Amino acid sequence: MNGNILEIRKVTKQFGGLVAVDDVAFAVRRGEIFALIGPNGAGKTTLFNCITGIYPPTMGSIYFDGRDISGSRPHQVAQMGIARTFQNIRLFPFMTALDNVKVGQHVRMKAKLWDAMLKTPRERKEEVRVRDRAYELLRYVGIERFADHYARNLPYGQQRRLEVARALATDPKLLLLDEPAAGFTPQEKVQLMKLVEKIVADGVTVFLIEHDMRVVMSISKRICVLDHGEEIALGPPDVVRSNQRVIEAYLGSQGGH
Amino acid sequence: MSSATVARPRPGPRRGRIRIGRFTLNLRDRDTVIYLALAIGALAFPTVADFVTGGAGGSIVLLAADAGVYVLLALGLNVVVGFAGLLDLGYAAFFAIGAYTYALMASGALFHTPLHHAIHIPFWLLLVVGVMIAATAGALLGAPTLRLRGDYLAIVTLGFGEIVPRVFRNAGDWTGGINGLSALDNPVLPYWVDGPWAGVGEQFGIVKDLIFSVANPTAWYVLMLILVGISVVMLNNLRKSRLGRAWMAIREDETAAQAMGINTVSTKLLAFAMGAATSGFAGCFYGAKLSLVSPENFQFQVSITILVMIVLGGMGSMPGVIVGSLTVYLILFKILPDAPNQVHSLLATTGFTAIDQPTGDWPGLGEFVSRLKFLLFGLILVTTMLLRPGGLIPSRAEIDVERAAKETSALGLEGAQG
Repeated sequence: MNGNILEIRKVTKQFGGLVAVDDVAFAVRRGEIFALIGPNGAGKTTLFNCITGIYPPTMGSIYFDGRDISGSRPHQVAQMGIARTFQNIRLFPFMTALDNVKVGQHVRMKAKLWDAMLKTPRERKEEVRVRDRAYELLRYVGIERFADHYARNLPYGQQRRLEVARALATDPKLLLLDEPAAGFTPQEKVQLMKLVEKIVADGVTVFLIEHDMRVVMSISKRICVLDHGEEIALGPPDVVRSNQRVIEAYLGSQGGH
Repeated sequence: MSSATVARPRPGPRRGRIRIGRFTLNLRDRDTVIYLALAIGALAFPTVADFVTGGAGGSIVLLAADAGVYVLLALGLNVVVGFAGLLDLGYAAFFAIGAYTYALMASGALFHTPLHHAIHIPFWLLLVVGVMIAATAGALLGAPTLRLRGDYLAIVTLGFGEIVPRVFRNAGDWTGGINGLSALDNPVLPYWVDGPWAGVGEQFGIVKDLIFSVANPTAWYVLMLILVGISVVMLNNLRKSRLGRAWMAIREDETAAQAMGINTVSTKLLAFAMGAATSGFAGCFYGAKLSLVSPENFQFQVSITILVMIVLGGMGSMPGVIVGSLTVYLILFKILPDAPNQVHSLLATTGFTAIDQPTGDWPGLGEFVSRLKFLLFGLILVTTMLLRPGGLIPSRAEIDVERAAKETSALGLEGAQG
């Protein structure tokens, strides 16, 4: 096993004639904060969806922890240790915050049908463990007092936090965050960055998509830039920031056509 | 991750709690109160029925036992529709499979089939077998439909609901065709079950002479109570378990559920299987009690009636589903059929017999009411759903929305929104 937790090997994803992700290759190193940026429609979320198995890549392969996971189904990917949040929050609206996090622990539970129906001591014990862990995670992201509220009733910022807690509940090695700071106030963004740094310090690798350059530049160790599905830059923040093609992609080319 | 021990929020005030051994009843919990009221009502019902009718409560008690069949069916369909959010319009198929399982294995029926050998397996064993077979059928039907979502799934289950009774009707060699199968065995208690339950020759035993027969309404009633009790406890345990949460997660957002590591295919299959298993229970009881099964008893209308029961009661809420199914059953099988006679006697006692006489196009009020039965039923449904959109006893979702909204504004949290 090497230092790369995730390797994207020449991945292409086409939808009909549209090439959403075009021959992209990079690796995320264990224990780092890696960011994927690019203008709208650059193919960032598509790449996330390929990694998490929502659809298979058209070409190329994806390695996680040294195993080829391209073509795996989403629940298998989660089982292996990749958790994610969604760009447009996807909680379970009519379940409590606590239950949302309990669902996250699904893959780490063993109770079978009979255990549940007959409430065996084993199942009771597991439920207690799961509940304690769920409270712990809610406290970890700072929304413990919302435990008994329906997810849909939480304020926007807390919903984003709940999504992170739910993802962490799957006990992931790699956490994919899709625009975690979208719609946040500057103050909330600072809190979010602290949270992400805490998660990494606790041993989870973080791979995030983000539009806010201040957030990206200050917390990421390395950045990959996509534009129209193509990889146009890869490296540490200051290198990417001064890259001519990145500046053009974000500001439009200076010379005009 | 932080390993700090977590102090859980203190449980609320201990008032309103009753401890019975290991169990604690919380009288402030809505569902507990409803379950308690239903249990007390159910236990008192035979006595009350006998008392009110002056010792002739037998037919009402039998009717209540039949209502129990629908309670079981509604509880089962609630797993599929209410918990997992999969619209199943062919649920009567599983009911039919349970009933035919009993009919074939507990009667002389198989003697007249190519097998030429009748088998008489005891009812108690067949309860288990019927559940297994129905559950398997549920999983088999589920398998090809699970890639479908929403409306498409509903149409396929509708097809299955049409196919199964038709197969039973057309496979005449085995199932007696359109006439169905009759003279099914009565359940019998083993001889060693004696005492207050069953004394042989006893006048007051609940199961007189150890046989469940029409002359023995309370026996059927008690049996049904036990079946409903078992189902409620098991399904409620499931609801609060890993599997129950997975079902609800799929109902709420299938993509997010997958991303949380839930295998949606096997989880949905289990929902179909558990729903079908419950209807297997109901089917066995139904076959044994009626001593007759025929394809006509499992038509589309049965599926729709059960669906109406759970929607009216409150989808996803188990006490709601029980109350809803009892209510709809009472309306459909007691109040509406009796209505014309009630009108007749009302008019007779008040002296308005004139409007009860058929003249020209007017059929007489009593007959008129009888023709309007389903219009009345429809009116009741529409009115109830308008007044209580979440059902009679909504699943907590609907209530909590309002409560939580109040709390949120009380905490002054709205300003915190991004």
